[in-house]
This record gives sequence, structure tokens and C-alpha cells, in this order.
Amino acid sequence: MTEYLLSVHTSPDHRPEPMSEQQMQEQMQRVEALEAEMKERDALISSARLTGTDSATVVDATGGEVITTDGPFAEAKEHLAGFYIVRAADLDDALSWAQRTSECVGMPIEVRAFAGMRGA
Amino acid sequence: MVGSPPGPDPAAIGRIFREESGRSIAALIRAFGDIDLAEDAIQDAFAVAIERWPDEGLPPRPGAWITTTARNRGIDRIRRESRGRELIEEAAMLGGEEDGDTDPDSEAVADERLRLIFMCCHPALSREAQVALTLRLLGGLTTPEVASAFLVAERTMGQRLSRAKRKIREARIPYAVPGEAELPARLSAVLAVLYLIYNAGLGPEGDRELRDEAIRLARILQSLMPGEPEAAGLLALMLLTEARQAGRLAEDGTLVPLAEQDRRRWDQGRIAEAAGVLAQPTGHRSGPYRLQAEIAAVHTAAVGGEATDWGRILGLYDELLALAPTPVVALNRAVAVAEVRGPGAALELLEGLELDGYCPFHAARADLLRRIGRGEEAAAAYRRAAELAPSEAERRYLGARGSTIDA
Repeated sequence: MTEYLLSVHTSPDHRPEPMSEQQMQEQMQRVEALEAEMKERDALISSARLTGTDSATVVDATGGEVITTDGPFAEAKEHLAGFYIVRAADLDDALSWAQRTSECVGMPIEVRAFAGMRGA
Repeated sequence: MVGSPPGPDPAAIGRIFREESGRSIAALIRAFGDIDLAEDAIQDAFAVAIERWPDEGLPPRPGAWITTTARNRGIDRIRRESRGRELIEEAAMLGGEEDGDTDPDSEAVADERLRLIFMCCHPALSREAQVALTLRLLGGLTTPEVASAFLVAERTMGQRLSRAKRKIREARIPYAVPGEAELPARLSAVLAVLYLIYNAGLGPEGDRELRDEAIRLARILQSLMPGEPEAAGLLALMLLTEARQAGRLAEDGTLVPLAEQDRRRWDQGRIAEAAGVLAQPTGHRSGPYRLQAEIAAVHTAAVGGEATDWGRILGLYDELLALAPTPVVALNRAVAVAEVRGPGAALELLEGLELDGYCPFHAARADLLRRIGRGEEAAAAYRRAAELAPSEAERRYLGARGSTIDA
């Protein structure tokens, strides 16, 4: 088994349509059902949703003194909105979780294996 | 008795290895779970063959000999580099004993090439990486050979290959044939890679070896997936395209259009092979490669340009257009319409096709305009086509056509 980070990205190209209260409820239910299935199949290690980049703070202690600045790290187009850490047999297995998650949350997902976690 | 040695010379050994190495490397990747180790082991086996085969002669089953020898050398490497006990145990699963000198001729090695081809063409890899890996691992080309086929610096190709292999290892791209649900999409990526290799060999420079390699790989795929109409279709399409290569250019290097080609120069062996492939029963309905192959087969079946069964070709283009509604298919269908219903009807179909930068569009339009007597417009269209021609041969042909109208 290998552990993968499925990171959910917001991007201007994939800005979801504004949703009604009911649509949001339905989406939450779908996400919860998918997470329940991940747990049941012993695939889910951890998951989290992040607050917006507006509330991000950058700390830089590399230059000797600590510089604290407001805002996200860089003016990137895409931002990390949340992530799943899953356990999967191989990339295809991880990609199928990513595909279903992307369908649920309506955002693209980047899949990367954790380094040094091969084998088991 | 003194005379020439009984075995093959190094050049012949190189050819045998290239022919057999895809199958051996596929088995070794399965055994070792490590592409680099499998490649190194094959290289070791090659060194042994160069030393022994010239004197001892060719083993009765060279492919099995290569796999067994490479496996044993691979195990030696694991021991030397102490890459771990686990790998050795896995390697022992590849038939025979862990320790060494099993009789290569008694071993039946499972054909793992289908796993290999699906791994090489995995959608998580870029198309460039898919092509390079397929030629390197399955085709047995060296890195410099792959580099020169795609006019890329050797260093760049080396980096591309090692990056792709690293991604396979790190992301754990599976060494497996995809399940039924994913198979259609995954197979179409494999077919696209093989067709791209073939077409890369068709360019103005023309690389016969690359085309032969694409055909060889398509043959392997078709033999491994005999029920897939598209695998058969792609092989037949390549064979029929290749069969007509000899008639494509006149002696002065000018392009000869299909209708005027000397059909005696076509390769009847390849045409017959394609017919055999298309005649095999397949599981499900046709796809774009098979339809294109059937269209090519109608052309090659005709004894002369006038004897072509255009009604059948138009029917096949109707099917193809329904599956792949692209402007290029619509253009080719219009050419068939011209033969069945006349150039006027075809010309109407060209209206609205967004192919202004595409040489064959203007060439077809020029031909239709000429046939309905609109000479000035035809000449202008030939000029535009010649400007856009991708090769000197086509430019010459189109230029000549245009000037006969001007006169």
C-alpha cells in the first residue's frame, strides 16, 4: 500500500456555480457518503478543509529575523482548499478515489504519493 | 574443423536482442518490480551473449535464454547491491529455482508485454514520455535511437526517460492490464501512441525503421488482444499505408496522387497481411482505426483508380464521421461524395469547414473547382495549398497542378 495526498484546488477556471442552501446540503451529504466509504474500505487516513487564503499568514524565519506577513504565500492562480490522505494499492486506485472526490466537490484534484512510504 | 564460427556475429546478436527484449524486459519488470534493474540485467545478458554465442552458437530458444540469463544476472546484482531479500524471493517466482542454472529451454515464461504496454502508456505520463518509454522498453531501442527518431538531443531524451521511470516508481503506476471499465480509454491511449510513432516515421524525412517498429508493436498488441477491433484496425491501417509508400513519389520526388499511382509498386505482402487481420472476427463494433483501415482496404482492392468502389468508401466515411465528427473527416468524406454525387455536391460540403490552415483542404477544393470549370478560383486554391504544403514533394505536385490551369 502507498499513501497519497489528494489535494483539492480552487482555481478561477473551476469556480463552482453559486449553490442554493439545498444544493449545499446535498453536496455535503455526497461528500460524507464518500468519506464513509473511504473509511469502510480502510482507505481514509485523514481529511481536512482549509479556510480561505484571505486568512492565511506567512511566516519567514529563514533570514535570521522573523518576518510575518498577511496573505497567501504567492499570488498563485490555484489555491489549496482542502485535502485527503488516502491509503491505496497503486496509482490507479488513488486516481479512482480522486475522480470520485472531484465529482463530489466540483473541483480538480492533484494526486501525489508520499515519499518514503512504499511497500507494506 | 576450422572455418567461420558457428554462431551469430555481434550485429546479428543485437538484432535478436532488439526483437526479443520487449518480452524479456516485461517478464523481468514483473519479477523484480524495478525497471532500471530489468534494463541493467538485459544489458548484462547481452554482454554474455556477445561472449558466448559466436563460438557456442545460437541457443535453441534465444528469447527464453535471454530472460533466464538476465534474471540470474539481475539476482546477482541484487545480492551485490544488497537491495534486499524480498526482491530475490520475488525473482524466484519467475520459473525455475532461485539458484541459477535452470535450463532455459524447459522454461515457459508468461508473456507480460500487455502489462508493459499499458504501463508505458499510462495517462498519468505525458504523451512524449509514453512514446519514449514504449520505444525504449517494448521496442528495445536504445536511448540515442529514440532521441534521433524524435530529433531530440540524447541528453534530453535520457532525462525524459529517467523522469518517466521515476514517476512510475514514486507514484506507483501499476504494472497491470486495466479492468474492463477503464479498458476502452486506456486502450485508445495505447493505440494513439503506436499511431504517433508510425506517423513520426512518415514525415518529409521519412524514417522507415520507425514505421517498421510501429508496425511490429501493433502486431504484438493485436496478437495479445485478438478480440479488439481497434487493435486489429490500427495494425491493418498501418500495413495498408505502408504498402502504398513505394508508389507515393515519382522519380523526381513529386507526390503522385492515389488515383495515378502505379499499383504494381504497392507491397502485396502487406496488403494481404492487412486483409487477413481485418478478416479475423472481433468482439465488438468498429472504431475509427478499423473504419480507416477498411477505407484503405477498398482503395488497395481496386485494380485501378477508376475501379474504386466509391459507394462503399462513402458508406464507411458516413460511419467514421458519426464516430469522429471532425472537420478533417468531413473533408475526406466530401472527396468521396465528389466521386459518387459529383464535384458540385462535394464543394457545398466544404463550405463552412474551418480548415483554412490545412493544405489538403485547399488541394481538395482546388480539384473540385477545376472539375466544375471554375479555373481561376481553382488556380488560387492550388497556390494556397502549395504555400501550406508540409513537404517539397507535395509543394511540387500542387504547384504543377496550379500552373496547368493558369496556362
